[in-house]
Amino acid sequence: MNLLRYPLIKTLLKNRWPQFTIMLVALAGFLLAVLSGLFGTPVGSRNFGIVFVWIAWWAILMLVAVPFLGRGWCSICPIPAPGEWLQRGKLLGPGEFNHRGHGENQKKGSVFSVVKPLNRRWPKRFRNIWLQNGTFLLVALFSAVILTQPRVTAIVLAAFLFAAVGISLIFERRAFCRYLCPVGGFIGLYSQLAPVEVRVVDTAVCASHVEKTCYTGSVNGYGCPWDVFPPGMVKNTYCGTCMECLRTCPHDNIAINIRPFGADLSVERNRKLDEAYKAFIMLGAAAVYSTVLLGPWGALKLAAYSVGGLPWLAYAASFLTFILLALPGLFWLTVWAGKKISGSALPVKESFVAQSYALVPLGLAAWAAFSLSFVFANFSYVLAALSDPLGWGWDLIGTAGVTWTPWLAGLTPFLQVGVLVGGFIWAAVTSRKIAAEKADSAQAVKLSTPVIVFCLAFTLTLMGLLVA
Amino acid sequence: MNEKSARILAAVFLLGGLAALGISWRLGQADAVILHARMPEAGGWTPADLTVAAGQPLRLRLTSDDVMHGFAIGQSDQPAVDVEPGKVTNLTVIFDKPGTYTFYCTRWCGPNHWRMRGAIIVTGERVEQPVTPPLYAQLGLDIDARREAQTIPAGKPSTQRSAEIFAQFLLPSAQSYLSPGYYRSRSPEQVWQDLRDDPHWVHYSDLQLWDAVAYIWQANTTPEALAEARSLYARNCAACHGESGGGDGVFIGGQVQVQGEAHGFPPGYETVLPTDFTDPRHLLAVSPAHLQGKIIRGGMGTGMPMWGVIFTEEQTWALVSYLYTFQFEEVP
Repeated sequence: MNLLRYPLIKTLLKNRWPQFTIMLVALAGFLLAVLSGLFGTPVGSRNFGIVFVWIAWWAILMLVAVPFLGRGWCSICPIPAPGEWLQRGKLLGPGEFNHRGHGENQKKGSVFSVVKPLNRRWPKRFRNIWLQNGTFLLVALFSAVILTQPRVTAIVLAAFLFAAVGISLIFERRAFCRYLCPVGGFIGLYSQLAPVEVRVVDTAVCASHVEKTCYTGSVNGYGCPWDVFPPGMVKNTYCGTCMECLRTCPHDNIAINIRPFGADLSVERNRKLDEAYKAFIMLGAAAVYSTVLLGPWGALKLAAYSVGGLPWLAYAASFLTFILLALPGLFWLTVWAGKKISGSALPVKESFVAQSYALVPLGLAAWAAFSLSFVFANFSYVLAALSDPLGWGWDLIGTAGVTWTPWLAGLTPFLQVGVLVGGFIWAAVTSRKIAAEKADSAQAVKLSTPVIVFCLAFTLTLMGLLVA
Repeated sequence: MNEKSARILAAVFLLGGLAALGISWRLGQADAVILHARMPEAGGWTPADLTVAAGQPLRLRLTSDDVMHGFAIGQSDQPAVDVEPGKVTNLTVIFDKPGTYTFYCTRWCGPNHWRMRGAIIVTGERVEQPVTPPLYAQLGLDIDARREAQTIPAGKPSTQRSAEIFAQFLLPSAQSYLSPGYYRSRSPEQVWQDLRDDPHWVHYSDLQLWDAVAYIWQANTTPEALAEARSLYARNCAACHGESGGGDGVFIGGQVQVQGEAHGFPPGYETVLPTDFTDPRHLLAVSPAHLQGKIIRGGMGTGMPMWGVIFTEEQTWALVSYLYTFQFEEVP
């Protein structure tokens, strides 16, 4: 079903103002998070930066936005906004024709006129998400400190903002979002599961459209900021749902479809090792976080927290070994076992990459279950932080005195088990479907059985860590 | 037009937000001192010194940057208030008399908790008043000298057990034993020895004389004073000396007992263990004046802090009396 059939939705999405206004609000919140981290109370549970970024935003992102809207967050994310405005020379834009849509609108006397974006192409060798995998791991290694110390959170957020601005001034389009953002990487991976997609209605219309304004830009909008060619798009992974193609398409050939959950997992095209590794990284990180941050082992927490010390180095080495070698290695053996049992002629590497997409729903379920552990338990902090964002003794909305009260404490374990079981079933079905793409039914069962056992073992382990 | 409107909206959001923050901050700063509490290892109180004129209100905004702390002012009737992490507690205090007052943490926040103190300097015209030195100083006691009782009771002395002997204290010859001056200047062992040497008490057994010593102690205190001292001890002393007085409080883990002063150890890791008040050889050898001196001055070279700036004289004497409950059976 194409949501653009509804005039109100179409108008709201085509118009730049709603998106721009929401981005401004998000940017104001983002800057407040940075300021509160730098100048507010260093007590995490009372600091707007920690509470809003790691409890409120994270809850909305992992439990609502990603599962249901895919990259919906990316369409209003404030981090690339200042860089993009500088790159475009406009806040709202475009208003006048620009060939590539970037850096050609600076008017004399404008604050933007002093900025000369270079608009270089992103290097070809880095046109993948390996760097994104690296930036996520870099942040993940320091997560125990980042998640608890407002000042560190502020520095990391500010670093994201400055990096996004810098990258926007050197490279064209949203190179930071597409290739570097540690959050954007996993949102993209899991957006394959979302029940919405931006697609062209009829590729034949695109084929006959010479200007390809969805990619090159027009007076109505910018060429795809995510460097995606909409007519060739078959998966959500790299579509930032920014709606520029909706604005630039002169033939009304863009649709926003409601579709079954996880539809992209069935797409055989464009399965790649960097995305497979993203699935391992996310799966492994969910397990490590559940163990270290939520588990009862104080020595582990202390090691993760003592950045730079020997225990932390041991923790970091173990973390990387588990995520980059042990988990993929075990999965490789699993796929290899499936090949041996089934007698499949498919190369192990091809099956390894293809089957790793079964870990996408498993990973999202793991992150949702992990997030449920602390989101409801700590949500009452949000009320206090709203009323006193910097911890300076304000009481703006009268809720500064709200004491910590865990919400839904009795229900949370049931939700977690439900989410984990659901994720496992989804992963098992996906594995089976992927196996069946190039094998008959009996062979597919054999090919996918070890992978399903792997997913079951992971699910039970996480259940033990989070619920038991 | 659209672009211009967008720029105005962005400016309103960003500049307006920053201005609102700045104004709110200035208003919050206007006439109150923000007093940050951190564990002593991280800086203690900031600022650690406050100045206010006598008779003028000192408005404090107390907040903790790490764990739960408490705020109290020594030798003052001001009740202690909790200083919670990330929350701001408003407190206004007024000092009538000029001088230097000590404020301190009342929550066991860490191994250096007792070091978490600051000063409030109250300015104004001073009226010089004669200062009476504390009793231990008047007596010229060497409170650092090691003392050990040679005579200790076979059981815990009790005023309840030997009721019949206490009729002796009704006699005029025994009245001097009950005076505060005598009680405070003599150790229990010395009192016992005085009784042993007194011909009026010659017929009583050693344990009965120890019961008489307990009687003298109890005659010099009140249930109310002991109750207050019990509370003071629990809040301020038990962290090191232990709730049962055994010198085994929660803050002494990892310490090593050595003779003399501790050198080369970080703060909070003194190697001299807190006194064990349940050891009769120690407590029966020291007089109330000696204990008063230790409490007021603190233990040189040990972790024992000075409490003279915190406790009033009455509180100190009450605490001294309370310490003997670890040796004498308290009879309600």
